[in-house]
Amino acid sequence: MRVRISGGRVIDPANDVDGRLDLFIADGKVVALGRAPDGFAADLQIDATHRIVCPGLVDLRAHLREPGQEHKATIASESRAAAYGGITTLCCPPTTQPPVDSPAVASLIIRRAEAAGLTRVVPLGAMTRGLDGKRLSEMAALRQAGCTGVSNDFGTIENPLILARAMEYAATFDLTVFVNAQDPRLAGNGTVHDGAVCSRLGLSGIPAAAETVAVAGCLALVEQIGVRTHFSLLSTARAAQMIARAQHDGLPVTADVSAHHLHLTENDVLDFDSQCHVIPPLRTLRDRDGLRQWLARGTIAAICSDHQPHEADAKLAPFGETETGISALETLLPLSLRLVDDGVLTLNEMIASLTLRPARILGVEAGDLTPGRRADVCIFDPEHYWVLSRDRLLSRGHNTPFLDWELKGRVTHTLLGGVPVFEHKP
Amino acid sequence: MDKRNLQLDDNGQLRHFLTIEGLKRQLLVDILDAAESFTSVTEQTVKKVPLLRGKTIVNLFFESSTRTRTTFELAAKRLSADVLNINVNASATTKGETLLDTQRNLEAMHCDMFVVRHAVSGAAHFIARHAAPHVSVINAGDGRHSHPTQAMLDMFTIRRHKGEFHKLRVAIVGDILHSRVARSQIHALSTLGVEEIRVIGPRTLIPAEAHTLGVHVHHDLRGGLRDVDVIITLRLQHERMGGAFLPSEHEYFQLYGLTEAGLETAKPDAIIMHPGPINRGVEIDSAVADGPRSVILDQVAHGTAVRMAIMAKAMQRLPTPPARELH
Repeated sequence: MRVRISGGRVIDPANDVDGRLDLFIADGKVVALGRAPDGFAADLQIDATHRIVCPGLVDLRAHLREPGQEHKATIASESRAAAYGGITTLCCPPTTQPPVDSPAVASLIIRRAEAAGLTRVVPLGAMTRGLDGKRLSEMAALRQAGCTGVSNDFGTIENPLILARAMEYAATFDLTVFVNAQDPRLAGNGTVHDGAVCSRLGLSGIPAAAETVAVAGCLALVEQIGVRTHFSLLSTARAAQMIARAQHDGLPVTADVSAHHLHLTENDVLDFDSQCHVIPPLRTLRDRDGLRQWLARGTIAAICSDHQPHEADAKLAPFGETETGISALETLLPLSLRLVDDGVLTLNEMIASLTLRPARILGVEAGDLTPGRRADVCIFDPEHYWVLSRDRLLSRGHNTPFLDWELKGRVTHTLLGGVPVFEHKP
Repeated sequence: MDKRNLQLDDNGQLRHFLTIEGLKRQLLVDILDAAESFTSVTEQTVKKVPLLRGKTIVNLFFESSTRTRTTFELAAKRLSADVLNINVNASATTKGETLLDTQRNLEAMHCDMFVVRHAVSGAAHFIARHAAPHVSVINAGDGRHSHPTQAMLDMFTIRRHKGEFHKLRVAIVGDILHSRVARSQIHALSTLGVEEIRVIGPRTLIPAEAHTLGVHVHHDLRGGLRDVDVIITLRLQHERMGGAFLPSEHEYFQLYGLTEAGLETAKPDAIIMHPGPINRGVEIDSAVADGPRSVILDQVAHGTAVRMAIMAKAMQRLPTPPARELH
């Protein structure tokens, strides 16, 4: 199929492209930008006037719940939500049931995503078997099955010797180590940031040091081992500052932040709003502003959704007894666009933090519109205002604190490998 | 989520009593005045008023309690309500029923008020948020968050002994971190406009950013008690030695236990309070607990009248101005 996307403002940070250009796609690949190749006859013409045309979004962290928790969501249901949100590549953590500690589970996830055909899924492999933090997983086999990185998620590897060996083993096979930095002993059974709101509500706290202690320990090992390491979901400004210093020293480290940590703070938990129960916890206003600054400076390279769909009951209990996480695929782009309005990022930087940079971190061919590349494209109307309501969400999970927020920016078309997988019909 | 004040109805009247935070001073004063009038009821030979006749009140206790539950029961009966005591430790939740299911089942039996105690912070808010329109919820203690009826009876006791609030300096001593009572007292004292609130304890037992609650933090008992009018000491749970909050009860008593000698810097007429049950020789010396300045038993005695006032207020059965008509 040949597609011509005409009249839109094409932004492709990888190639420094920003202008009103036509994009030409043939046989699933980008073939030209600007002038039509000789003899190009489009089977499908998409009018993108007043729209922005950019690479399909790459989300570094989205829980799809399959296999194991299909009562919450499935790969098929969340792929639909991803396409609706303009996301064409997403990385799912290894915390499925069973975890992604064998090539069989990794292949199963990839196959089911291919069957759904709406977004590409790249699973992270588990660093240890059963995520137990003790025995190494068969990382070479995971790499072969399609994993580009490994992680132990929040099931932290407590013994630093085992962590060091896991990192060395991962480095052997050119795998990126994804780290969710939270010291489990300092975090204890905490549910919110250990600060003013925690004191007021009498909830148990997770101190900022739970993150900084884990980041510091991990950076020391990275320095020794030299393994490519990605810090997922930073919540404190201090941790970002530590990573900035490490990057300055030449360590191969990167970081991301969730969209909700760039907008919400501990104060949103007042009133015991379980929709704001997330891990790592929402921190102070100063942390939120600090994360925004480190994002603007590029220390934090990417914005992710940390999508965690839940059934309604998971949030229907007193705060501390509810499950953590936000259903976030469909708000990733609008919440990121809000950062442009807030003067944190330029539009081009914002798009880079959702496309090119996460694609590089994940080590996949995506996130750019270079001719010859797979044509994963997101087209959105940056001026479209809409109010988030439950019935607008395609994800199985309706758990979001952003209900009733007026959002700006709406995806109108998503193309995966040159094939339209979503079109917004007004 | 609806961010309106959950405790008030559309007319600004009290509907649920979950936390002192966010309630107006006048409302607290109304409750204290009403409690004053109810103390005369509890001293009569016929100790009943018909304000809640025909109403059904459920004491829904997910955490064991003797005194609080008993005074709530007594308060409800003296208001002529029918009372149901449900100890949920032993029943539904152990069978896997959720909190919401338990609540809906009881609502289906047409109860009018839930008095809730739960080990998790925010449980009373959760129940109130999901309550049927005709149901009121009274928080009888949720986790470390709030125990507003205890705070109100403490305020009642303070007012009886000290009169006005605005000139008072109040010190709260001990495990503030884990105390729902302390949190509610702090909100009540600041709403009622005392001059100064201090909290005294080692840093391990003072919550993060405690100053944002409007208190001065002290780590030295004698300095913290200087010139105070009211001293509230909190119960120290034995479990605190386990979590590395404290080395020993012995050292705690040496540093923060209330003894006659330790009280020297406080005002000579300072009163000593304790929400109970007391650990003699841990947070308070017997000579102080049983001494002339102790009002600990007054606190217990006032529990019923204050809870009657709160229940009547939440069911909007308190005529305004409340005290006058009942006399």
